[in-house]
Amino acid sequence: MNAANHATPRIVVKDLNFYYGKFLALKNINLDIAEKKVTAFIGPSGCGKSTLLRTFNRMYQLYPQQTATGAIMLDGDNILDKHQDLNKLRAKIGMVFQKPTPFPMSIYDNIAFGVKLYNNLSKNDMDERVEWALKKAALWVEVKDKLKQSGMGLSGGQQQRLCIARAIAVKPEVLLLDEPTSALDPISTAHIEKLIDELKEDFTIVIVTHNMQQAARVSDYTAYMYLGDLVEFGDTSTVFTNPKRKETEDYITGRFG
Amino acid sequence: MFDLYARRRLTNAIGLTVAILAMAFGLFWLCWILWTLLDHGLPALTLKVFAQMTPPPGSSGGLLNAIYGSLLMTVGGTLVGTPIGIMAGTYLAEYGHRGWLAPVTRFINDILLSAPSIVIGLFIYEVYVVQVKHFSGWAGTMALAIIVIPIVIRTTENMLRLIPSTLREAAAALGAPQWQIISFVTLRAARAGIITGVMLGIARISGETAPLLFTSLNNQFWNSNMNQPMANLPVVIFQFAMSPYADWQDLAWGGALLITASVLTLNILARVLFRQRASTH
Repeated sequence: MNAANHATPRIVVKDLNFYYGKFLALKNINLDIAEKKVTAFIGPSGCGKSTLLRTFNRMYQLYPQQTATGAIMLDGDNILDKHQDLNKLRAKIGMVFQKPTPFPMSIYDNIAFGVKLYNNLSKNDMDERVEWALKKAALWVEVKDKLKQSGMGLSGGQQQRLCIARAIAVKPEVLLLDEPTSALDPISTAHIEKLIDELKEDFTIVIVTHNMQQAARVSDYTAYMYLGDLVEFGDTSTVFTNPKRKETEDYITGRFG
Repeated sequence: MFDLYARRRLTNAIGLTVAILAMAFGLFWLCWILWTLLDHGLPALTLKVFAQMTPPPGSSGGLLNAIYGSLLMTVGGTLVGTPIGIMAGTYLAEYGHRGWLAPVTRFINDILLSAPSIVIGLFIYEVYVVQVKHFSGWAGTMALAIIVIPIVIRTTENMLRLIPSTLREAAAALGAPQWQIISFVTLRAARAGIITGVMLGIARISGETAPLLFTSLNNQFWNSNMNQPMANLPVVIFQFAMSPYADWQDLAWGGALLITASVLTLNILARVLFRQRASTH
């Protein structure tokens, strides 16, 4: 589905099928992810929205039972090509997970860890990069005096912003957010939603969410998925106010799911 | 409603009482053992114990050579066993998802973990001591290392498995290669637990008698040559406690108290370390 045709597509998904062992979890998915916009995947649990997100950085590769067929094009390369350099791919596509996942190291090192994988920065440049990432993630003011302390000592909302800072410190082009606020309280959620709005100036963002108000608030495009099918995809305002499909309407109005 | 509530309170009271009695029963024996040990061991722990060699019967002496030998072989066994154990445990937890090697290793490791230590002593005796035709500190170190390895493998694997897979995914999502994910993220996150496992291993081997009986044997004199038979606390205790001489028996009590105290200290140290790490990380 090419609802985002008036924006430049950054990622193009073509005929994507995904298998957990023999189970077909994504059925012939076609969609475009628009550049520097927020695209949301919604749908009931088990519909395949996280699975779809995890194909974009080949996260499924960690698990031998999981396979994908079809094509996901990014900058003219097929992400699913087995010759694709995973490290380069993941430098371009950052990811933030449902539960905050700070590494067992200082706040500073949490950010520097990813940067060191790709750049050999001097101490000064690294300091600047860490500060830049923390400022982008709206965390700098809270942690600037305790950069040497463990990242695990922060609150849940701060940890999640640390993870966002860590992901953007590598300067990726695409940011994948897998239910980034579902483990957070409303205030932290508001923080992160505001952040998403600011980040789309620089990054192409794809977000999976269970919270339909959130999808309506933060996204430009929305994809509704059900049982591995992409049911409807289009402008968020259209999908939420005037859905083409009955199933989408039922889900959005809470009659189902 | 009240009836139900009263019944629950009664059940709770009964359960609690039984649990407390069981706890008291266990604690009673433990305290008795410790008390006997302190009662006999403390008077025997004079300065001489730390200054003189093990004596012939009837003359005065200490345990210095045995303490030194025990220290050498325990440290040696730990230094050999820990890296092997940590690496093998890491393999099992991080790479052992497919193929037959990991399940087989895990199975053999479980057997080794519960193998009677005397069997390990006999094994080293047969494959090393018999070949070189003399007992030695090296042989003792080997036997102790073989006891440490399965303990460290098991705790390392278990501790790494406790690390949530999302942490590995988060590191992989940044593009980190697997060796960096393991050495900078998962091993680091499991550090406190792994150290505890090593401590447990040390505690275990510092009291082992059987594997040393056939390997390092004993030595009445000061010896720092690992290629010679080497005195050690457990074997000295074994020999002295069974003897009819009162001064030997006293020294055996002193040695037993020394081992117990050092194992206790190690355990407390491990716990304190674990707690500190757990609170900062």
